[in-house]
Order: sequence, then C-alpha cells, then structure tokens
Amino acid sequence: MKTPLWKIAHARSGDKADRADIGLFAFDAPTYAVLKREVTRERLAAHFAGFNAGPVELWPLDNLLALKIVLNGALQGGAARSLRMDNLGKNVAAQLLRMEIDAPPDLPRLRAR
Amino acid sequence: MKTIRIGAGLGFYGDSWRPVRASIERGGVQYIASDHLSELTLAILQKDRQRDRPGNPPSGYARDAVPMLAELWPIAAKHGVKFVLNAGGLNPEGARLAIARTFRDKGWKAKIATVTGDSVLERIDELRAAGEALAHMDTGTGIAGVRERLLFASAYLGAQPIAEALARGADIVLTGRVADAALTLGPLAHEFGWRWDDWDRIAAGLTLGHLLECSGQGSGGNFGSAHEWALVPDYAHLGYPIAEVQADGRAVFTKPPGTGGRVSFDTVRQQLLYEVHNPHAYYSPDVVLDMGTLEFEDEGDDRVRISGASGAPRPKTLKIVAGYQDGWMGSGIMGFAWPEAYAKCEKAAEVLRTLVEENKRERGWAVEEINAEYIGYNSLLGANADPTYRDQLNECFLRMTIRTKDKKVADAFGRLFPWLGLSGPPYVGSMKGVQPAKELLGIWPTLVTRELIESKVEISMEEIK
Repeated sequence: MKTPLWKIAHARSGDKADRADIGLFAFDAPTYAVLKREVTRERLAAHFAGFNAGPVELWPLDNLLALKIVLNGALQGGAARSLRMDNLGKNVAAQLLRMEIDAPPDLPRLRAR
Repeated sequence: MKTIRIGAGLGFYGDSWRPVRASIERGGVQYIASDHLSELTLAILQKDRQRDRPGNPPSGYARDAVPMLAELWPIAAKHGVKFVLNAGGLNPEGARLAIARTFRDKGWKAKIATVTGDSVLERIDELRAAGEALAHMDTGTGIAGVRERLLFASAYLGAQPIAEALARGADIVLTGRVADAALTLGPLAHEFGWRWDDWDRIAAGLTLGHLLECSGQGSGGNFGSAHEWALVPDYAHLGYPIAEVQADGRAVFTKPPGTGGRVSFDTVRQQLLYEVHNPHAYYSPDVVLDMGTLEFEDEGDDRVRISGASGAPRPKTLKIVAGYQDGWMGSGIMGFAWPEAYAKCEKAAEVLRTLVEENKRERGWAVEEINAEYIGYNSLLGANADPTYRDQLNECFLRMTIRTKDKKVADAFGRLFPWLGLSGPPYVGSMKGVQPAKELLGIWPTLVTRELIESKVEISMEEIK
C-alpha cells in the first residue's frame, strides 16, 4: 500500500552552508523498520531531483527510531546567497513528508486512523 | 546529590526573552545559556559595524542582550542565576561596555567576563603565512578567490574559556563566536569539575547544550509534523527547555511548570538531530559526540531522561566560518486574485522575463539567474507542491528574483514591477513599493589548527560595584 510519510512519521530540517539536513522520525518501532527499508538514498535522490545538486547521505539511528538525511547541495550555496523564499530550508522536511512509500496497512498509525 | 539546572535563553538574534522569566522564577535554574548567533548573524553585525561613526559607541554585537539583561537581571540576581551568552558577536568588548553602562545607570552589581580571540578576519594573512590553507571544507577550493571580499571570519571556540571565566567568579560570561552548545557545557564542566578528557561526560554536556541552543525548538516549538503540531499546548506561553544535570552527565530534560509547549521523546529527538550532519561524529571544539548510543526515557509530564552519551577525543582543528560578498539579489512581489490567479502570475513572470532579456541585450544587464516562485502555491514546497488546486487558487503571489554582480541592475529589476499594476493582467493587490537590492553573502567554512586560535584567546573581567 502506498502511504505518504506524513501519516506515519514526523520530520524537521535545517541548514549548514549549502547542506540541507533532515531528521525523519517514526512514531513507533514497526514504522521505523519500514522507514529503514523503504527510505533509501536512491528514493531520496529521486524525490529531491531538481532541488538538490549534491550527493544524498543517510544514517539510520535505531536508538531514536530515526533516519538522518543530508542533502549536500540543496541550498543554492547557502542561505545568505540563496534566492529562494525558503532560503533556510526549513520546509525541506515538509517536502520529504510528501514522499510516498510502500507500507503495510497494519502499521499502528495507519490502523489508528 | 548535586544537580545543576541550566535554562535556554535566546535561540537567535531577535528571539524573545519573555519565556526566560519563567525558567528563572519557577524553573529553579542556576544558569541561562543564551545563543544569539546563527551562522548568518555575524554578517548582520558586520553591516552594523560598517555603519559605525567616530565618537559613537562601537557596534558589532547582538544588541538585544542589553534590554534582555535590563529586564531579567534583577530577578536573576535575586535567584542567584548566572548568564552565559554569545551576544558579543564581532565585538564582545563593545557588548560589555553597553551592558556595564546599563548596570551602572541602574546601580546593579555584577562581575562580567569577556572572552575574545575568536574573530580572525584581521589574521587571515597571518594564518596563511603560518601554513594554514583555509580551503573550503566541503569543496576544497582555496581561499584566495574570496580573500578580498571577506566581511567576517570567526573561529568557533569551545567551552574551556567559559568554564575558566566562571571559575574566576563571573556572574555574566560574554563571548563572541563559540560552539552554541559550549554555552551549556562550560557551566557544567565548571560546576562538576569535569576533566576535559573525560570524553563521555563532555559529550553529555555537549548533547544537552545542543538541545538547549534553539530555545523553544527544544520544547515543542516548530514541531515538524502533520496534525501533531496542533496538539502542542499553549504556544502563546511556550516555556523554554531546561536541562537538570547530574555530576555523571545523566540528565532530565524538562521545562518550567505552568508553561506551554511540550517536552517528550518526539520533541526532544527532533531537536537532537537538528542541523546535524553525521550523527555518529558530531564535531565540536571540545569533543566528537556519537548520538547513536544516547538513551531516552520519556517519563511523561514534560520530563525526558537522557543518558548514554559517548565522546571521542576533540579534533586538532577548530572550525572557522567566514562570509564574503557574493553579488546582489533583485526581487519583486505582486499578488493577483481570482479568476485565474496562478495563470496571471505566470503571465506577469513571462512579461518580466522578456523585459530582463531585452535589458540584457540593449543595456548590458549582467543577470546570472532568474527565478519565479508562486506564493500560495509552491514558494515553500518547490517541485513537491501538489498541483491539484493550482488553477483554482483564490489568490496567488508572484515573487521573482534575479542574481547579479551589479547592484544597479538588482535595484532596476525591482522597479520593473509597479508598471504591471496598470499595464498587466487584472485584479492586482499588495503592491508594496519597490524592493531594494539585497546584498548576497557566500559562506566559507574552513578548518584551522586550534593552537593558532587558542593561544590568542583572552578572558577579561570587569566588576561593576
């Protein structure tokens, strides 16, 4: 079943020079296992194609039920030289939450709704 | 058992100090760690400094520290609370003068320590002569190409000078650029006498400092989520976070009683990973933290237990962030109402692109880049905006920007917009005048051998009686 990430996870993004970084957090352990399997560097690169010019880095953190995602080259060289409305990349996390992944329908958050 | 409670002060230059009062009055804190400097703030302070006039007190510091302390110091002094703040910016001595003047006027007593030695703009050539390449950390490019355009350059200092200033009896420690988390780690290392090579404890202090450095973002503010954000109670009275720390580095993360916001596993882990690159090697001047061993236990009632930090020895280098002049942005915004709000924005954008092309040909405008964003549709979500309702929007704003090396061209671009009000598509709103050119800055992160910086760090003390 295709599910947008916003139904099963939460996320915050920030900036360091030209780098946008995102923390993606599962609400529960079963969802974390799905995120770890489905949210790959390749999927991320495709989702942010045209936005991020550099390589994508990804670290799973089992203790936080989280993925740390870094887009190296997403901010037009950095917030102070960016022409974008969202020069600080605060909404990159919202962009990520729109990504759809394959998720089993019995994940806790999907059942609760 | 001794515990030390440290409360968050500001999270950026311009943040509110209203919530800090609750931490002092009801949060039982001994310290407020106040972070006034984002990566870009030094650029703003440098512009202030360029406008200094002889005979006036020099600027270049975060001015909000003065009214903040003017309001909070009487209650802080009553409760025995000390302040550690990086509001010194590019001019910690100037900040001290301004604060001391206010304290004298009011007849208050305090020992104010000032930490200097972080600003290296005047030392770039000396550092290069000493063999420092100062190449861009990410690209490896040499610094020569931007050398003449540098506006500021400051090294991130660690927590040791802060701890030393406190050991000398400071009530207020005023720094320039330090690692944000050092504002918290300094008081903890001082209070508990942590050895600077006790890497796990230093890492624990760094973790807590990192969680405190963005004020309300550590206690439920900006909780990035769908629907869940609406469950955060009482944003209007959101309390800033507090770390309640034991000598072994274990801590409870919380907020003052009776305040809004939320401290939970969800809100705390969002802040933990915020603006972090490799979470297994989070670099700071004092330690390299591995976030992968941290343990969190949500006790409910806005209390989260944190333990398990592990640290590796501190790096041999310090990070410098410099900023350089990098051209100009010209911009304009205009709004259109239904019908066909988006289509009219697109038409206006097409007209403006045509005019820019003509100006390039006929007047030699040097334009490197031109962008259109549609506010109300995709200005924040970009290509991930959902187009379903694009053509039914009630209203839409066009924001167009150009990048150019020529300030005159950037200014002239803004002046193209008002004409469209009478000679473009209909139902225009919000013509707010012409947007002036905005100076763009490139950021230059680089590394430097730490001894070259630390040998110049000085702590000075002024006692106001």
